[in-house]
Amino acid sequence: MPTNGAPTKLTQGYRTKGGIGESTLRPDGTLKVTGEFAYSSDMWHEDMLWGQILRSTVAHAEIVSIDTSEALAMPGVYAVMTYDDLPTDVKNYGLEIQDTPVLAHGKVRHHGEPVAIVAADHPETARRAAAKIKVDYRELPVITDEKSATAPDAILVHENRDDHHIGHVPHPNIVHRQPIIRGNVEEARKRADVIVQGEYTFGMQDQAFLGPESGLAVPEEDGGVHLYIATQWLHSDLRQIAPVLGLPEEKVRMTLAGVGGAFGGREDLSMQIHACLLAMRTGKPVKIVYNRFESFFGHVHRHPAKLYYEHGATKDGKITHMKCRIVLDGGAYASASPAVVGNASSLSVGPYVIDDVDIEAVALYTNNPPCGAMRGFGAVQACFAYEAQMDKLAKKLGMDPVEFRQLNAMEQGTIMPTGQPVDSPAPVAELLRRVKAMPLPPERQWESSEGADVRQLPGGLSNTTHGEGVVRGIGYAVGIKNVGFSEGFDDYSTAKVRMEVIGGEPVATVHTAMAEVGQGGVTVHAQIARTELGVTQVTIHPADTQVGSAGSTSASRQTYVTGGAVKNACELVREKVLEIGRRKFGSYHPAWATAELLLEGGKVVTDGGEVLADLADVLEGEAVEVEEEWRHRPTEPFDLRTGQGNGHVQYSFAAHRAVVEVDTELGLVKVIELACAQDVGKALNPLSVLGQIQGGTLQGMGVAVMEEIVVDPKTAKVRNPSFTDYLLPTILDTPIIPVDVLELADDHAPYGLRGIGEAPTLSSTPAVLAAIRNATGLELNRTPVRPEHLTGTA
Amino acid sequence: MRVNFTVNGRPQEADDVWEGESLLYVLRERLGLPGSKNACEQGECGSCTVRLDGVPVCACLVAAGQVEGREVVTVEGLADYAKQRAEHGGCASGACGTSVDEAQRWQARGQDSQTGEGTELSPIQQAFIDAGAVQCGFCTPGLLVAADEMLERNPNPSDADIREALSGNLCRCTGYEKIMDAVRLAAARQGEAV
Repeated sequence: MPTNGAPTKLTQGYRTKGGIGESTLRPDGTLKVTGEFAYSSDMWHEDMLWGQILRSTVAHAEIVSIDTSEALAMPGVYAVMTYDDLPTDVKNYGLEIQDTPVLAHGKVRHHGEPVAIVAADHPETARRAAAKIKVDYRELPVITDEKSATAPDAILVHENRDDHHIGHVPHPNIVHRQPIIRGNVEEARKRADVIVQGEYTFGMQDQAFLGPESGLAVPEEDGGVHLYIATQWLHSDLRQIAPVLGLPEEKVRMTLAGVGGAFGGREDLSMQIHACLLAMRTGKPVKIVYNRFESFFGHVHRHPAKLYYEHGATKDGKITHMKCRIVLDGGAYASASPAVVGNASSLSVGPYVIDDVDIEAVALYTNNPPCGAMRGFGAVQACFAYEAQMDKLAKKLGMDPVEFRQLNAMEQGTIMPTGQPVDSPAPVAELLRRVKAMPLPPERQWESSEGADVRQLPGGLSNTTHGEGVVRGIGYAVGIKNVGFSEGFDDYSTAKVRMEVIGGEPVATVHTAMAEVGQGGVTVHAQIARTELGVTQVTIHPADTQVGSAGSTSASRQTYVTGGAVKNACELVREKVLEIGRRKFGSYHPAWATAELLLEGGKVVTDGGEVLADLADVLEGEAVEVEEEWRHRPTEPFDLRTGQGNGHVQYSFAAHRAVVEVDTELGLVKVIELACAQDVGKALNPLSVLGQIQGGTLQGMGVAVMEEIVVDPKTAKVRNPSFTDYLLPTILDTPIIPVDVLELADDHAPYGLRGIGEAPTLSSTPAVLAAIRNATGLELNRTPVRPEHLTGTA
Repeated sequence: MRVNFTVNGRPQEADDVWEGESLLYVLRERLGLPGSKNACEQGECGSCTVRLDGVPVCACLVAAGQVEGREVVTVEGLADYAKQRAEHGGCASGACGTSVDEAQRWQARGQDSQTGEGTELSPIQQAFIDAGAVQCGFCTPGLLVAADEMLERNPNPSDADIREALSGNLCRCTGYEKIMDAVRLAAARQGEAV
């Protein structure tokens, strides 16, 4: 083919299949259904060892002594390491505050804290060796709640704090405090005809991703290490790992292994540094795989919370004011607590117009398990409480709970309590209208010609009722979640896009460090590349640290931010491709110089639809590659005294209607239906959108009726670290989840899209609680609801 | 100890097996078949579901020694297994036996290493992809084995039947709705094919 000749294959007509808006299928789908997809726990290397962590058996204690001699003497054991074996002066890590010891130093602060690590030739040998390490603890009193944390003589969980929050917190056992003051609550309170107050408790939820923490560290010839790992953010891990190992970042190579779910639980490090340390110590590849018991200790959980709320309203149903105090238990280490505080406070009013507010949120340091990121991130706990308050207000006013919410619903232009205007669609009233308009599931579905189908009843196959004592209830809730990292964080992503001809076909390759954790980012990236570059074939390069940071797969941000980075890089590639086209073929058609040109269906096309060249001709002998960072518009920190500031970049809204049937005699709940309406801005992949909404909805239901990590208040020890005792919804517990998707574009975002992953997790929980209250008439100020709360035997 | 058994129609021999090892460990770490997943290793999540002489079991709860001389089907062999069932009038379970001749003819198929394109899939595998039932995918292998077994027994399941049959398999990503869709889809396609 002549490189400077006329363009060939000038057939008219074009269409790019598989672009945005289509429900294209996952590129990793086939590997995942055949069992060949390589998750982090599937990694294997010739001559590899197995690592094991020894964890503290008590929550708060001084370590008097550690004796590793018996463990070291065991055949098959290659290394045992404690704090004293750490190679550099950097011995702590942390997302924001570096307060977490790689291995305990003189003290443990929570049950299950890593104390020592072992490498051996068989996982059972490693486990037995770890069990032979003798640790002598001198136990200390445990800090377990706000009262014990802020008592005048309270033991400090962390002595000598020097982080940037210590200057503005009222007590060293408070990680961070964020007040928000706007308007004049005392004056507004005088206008209220009704006032409702409530004290709410939110239990500790676990992410319970199914793929356990795991990875493989391989020592490299240059003295560095290559880590194959399941994480949510490769570059954040890298920044924390390298200094502890004493290696420059370029000598710690990170490749994303298959990730078996995340939901916030992989934002913090787990076994990353331990595996690298053992690999460097032994000179052999080291694999670490937690079992489920260890996984419950190996990652942070959702903050349990106490929430104190007061709302007032006028007789005609307008909310006058809101006061609230949200106390989050951050546990022993900071993790993401400061940012969770920022979210809880700034979203504590919910999606409502309330001009006069007095808000305070704090996170505590305690000896409970460390808490941090989980889907919904501070907004979940607040939504549970403010939605209970909305129902209480409506009831006291004698109004319909949905109409009451609609009357006070925020909309585009509403000013947040932080002073920030909501500058894109906020269809709160419309989402409530839609979810209420959905048909209700039929009553008494358990009835059949052959008697009661117990599978449709509370208690299920336990055969506890055939309908006696079963009462139906219906409840509504709506929530607001911020999208992206807030409070002035430089929230960027990087994409490298390459376009070339392979086998006569134009092919795009997209390379980012985005952690695919199941959400389908890889599907969407390929769709974006097809839409922007007009190609069918897109290769998604494995995520690693050979390309710039993609930021975290959290905060509902990846389609927005890394999707935005891919779109941006594609646009730059497109310009370069058109430059080549103009150079090669510009003289053959004036439109090359005058028309707006697009890439569609493998061709260069004018905006009028005329085909100018085939991309294979344009790119023959040339490859175009661009790597570029992309940012959403900047945000600002919240003022530490007033909470004012343009802290958020985008919001996401969802509403739920829950239908439950409750066996009021036994306190058993069956959720029959959880209908959801959500605004997604633009559904880049409608099938994946539904998957996110339904999955998020069910996690919200889990913490409404069953999921809770139970911590003994006397010892701060975890009592149920297993799937036998920590209950997750099974398919039998799961209601039908009809979804109504609204697409109102946010003009600030790529394609008008809205981050969607978290919003459905917010309103699901309070909707279920509202439905149970509706069925039983009980107040129910705590979640999850257990049978004893419904039968009066708690 | 040494354990001899058949996996996906192929005779296998595992050496130096420690007495406490599970079938799951032997499959994943000794036979290079990591498709069966290690989500809880205590029989609660179903991610490691395999067929043992045709019966779905959690491989994590089966001691490796218990499978001596028996037949195991894992997700890696599911497509072949379903194909044989279709060819042999509905019986491909290990209980029906795999002939030595068939076992000797078994071979891995070539495929695209990145996407797996070109792989022959069973109807339930294809339905999981088409219906959007796969997100992180960690629960998928166990669900596929369990759902395939249910459809073998009950080609026209009601929604309640599907939920009951799959109640031993936890999924944390999907909210199960798309899994229901996938099983309904596979059943419908199976019905059309007959």
